Amino acid sequence: MASTREIRRRIKSVKNTAQITKAMQMVASSKMRRAQERVQQARPYAEQIRALVSRLANAVGEDIGEGVTLLKQRPVHNIGIVMITPDRGLCGALPSNINRKAAATALELQGNLADQGVRPEVGFVTVGRKGRDYIVRTQRSMLAEFTNYGDKPALTDATAIARVAVDAFQKGEVDAVYLVYAKFINTVTQQPTSFQLLPVQPPSKEENDDQRAVEYIYEPDARTIFEALLPRYVDVQVYQALLEAVASQYSAQMVAMKNATDSANDLVQDLTLSYNKARQAAITMQILEVVAGSTV
Amino acid sequence: MATRNTLHVEVVTAERELYNGEADIVSAPGSEGMLGILPRHAALLTTLKPGELNIKLNGSEEPLFVSGGFLEVSNNSVTVLADTAEHAEEIDQARAEAARRRAQESLEQAESDTQRAELIGALERAMTRLRVAELARRHGGRRIEMPHSEQ
Repeated sequence: MASTREIRRRIKSVKNTAQITKAMQMVASSKMRRAQERVQQARPYAEQIRALVSRLANAVGEDIGEGVTLLKQRPVHNIGIVMITPDRGLCGALPSNINRKAAATALELQGNLADQGVRPEVGFVTVGRKGRDYIVRTQRSMLAEFTNYGDKPALTDATAIARVAVDAFQKGEVDAVYLVYAKFINTVTQQPTSFQLLPVQPPSKEENDDQRAVEYIYEPDARTIFEALLPRYVDVQVYQALLEAVASQYSAQMVAMKNATDSANDLVQDLTLSYNKARQAAITMQILEVVAGSTV
Repeated sequence: MATRNTLHVEVVTAERELYNGEADIVSAPGSEGMLGILPRHAALLTTLKPGELNIKLNGSEEPLFVSGGFLEVSNNSVTVLADTAEHAEEIDQARAEAARRRAQESLEQAESDTQRAELIGALERAMTRLRVAELARRHGGRRIEMPHSEQ
């Protein structure tokens, strides 16, 4: 059995660790709350623009959609995947879950197209260090990388990311773009999710949307507005994903740090028990020695 | 909810909501010219250019700066999806002035046409912001009471 002094040293160090993880847990939980608020604040705009896109798509109809590049479906030869991952670790299995989801999405898309005898190339746009490291490590092709988007990503961050995707799509480098990110469900659940970013799929009309086919006056004209609106719509989708990703990251970190604190405390208990046993053993030994000495 | 004699107005940017309430009249910088929107306006959809968005209610007004975006009128409600927007009193005049000067100086050394176009856009935005701030200051009009105005 280890000496009492050694055990005491370990207890102290484990307690210190527990203190640090506890502090990180609290920081993560307050940052998560703020990130959640940001998601809430961004929601009105996202909802309005979604409704507007769906209404316009209905109003302008199929014929006009043909000429609008961002809507155009074309045979898929190359796929782009934008993945949003945390910049920093200490958030449990979240980064690897997202990475796995991105890889699975790529495989699935390739599988779908394999039936048609096409083997598409998949290129990744990584947001966050964890995703970049993964793509580099697994030697996949990377189109662009973004890091350090911080705790409060601004719309301009999202715009920069969206522009890479839109440019690649317009130049014909990729024929479809998917977005993979961790959807924030609640404090303990984050769901790695993927959806199609480009070509834009106009959201279907909501059922409770009482907007009948209103005849709008367009200034300058429907098509110009639609063409200006779609890139914004893509920006906003990326922005929402980015905000949710931050909330997810902190909620995952909070849970991971809570687990770490709990196991550190368990460890302290175990160690305290061994410490007491060791101390008792030492005392018993001393008494035995004294007794043995006195009887001779 | 909007009655027959007022409009319901929402001004949102991707980052926050700036106004959600009633109005007697809304004037907005449409890309084809200034728009004045009164209650029971026909359904309209337009792009916006940088300028002053003014919401008036019962003699009070709420001047805002928008840098561009979209405006939709339907069903007696006006929705402004602004790229960026600020309440006039939030505009930092010193910063706007600095931005204007910066844009002007770099415009003189602009090399490519795209760069020049971007700088002209920036210059326009800065000048409009200054104008909106100035107008709001001079007017000193009563602000619309906002029960849930942020911060």
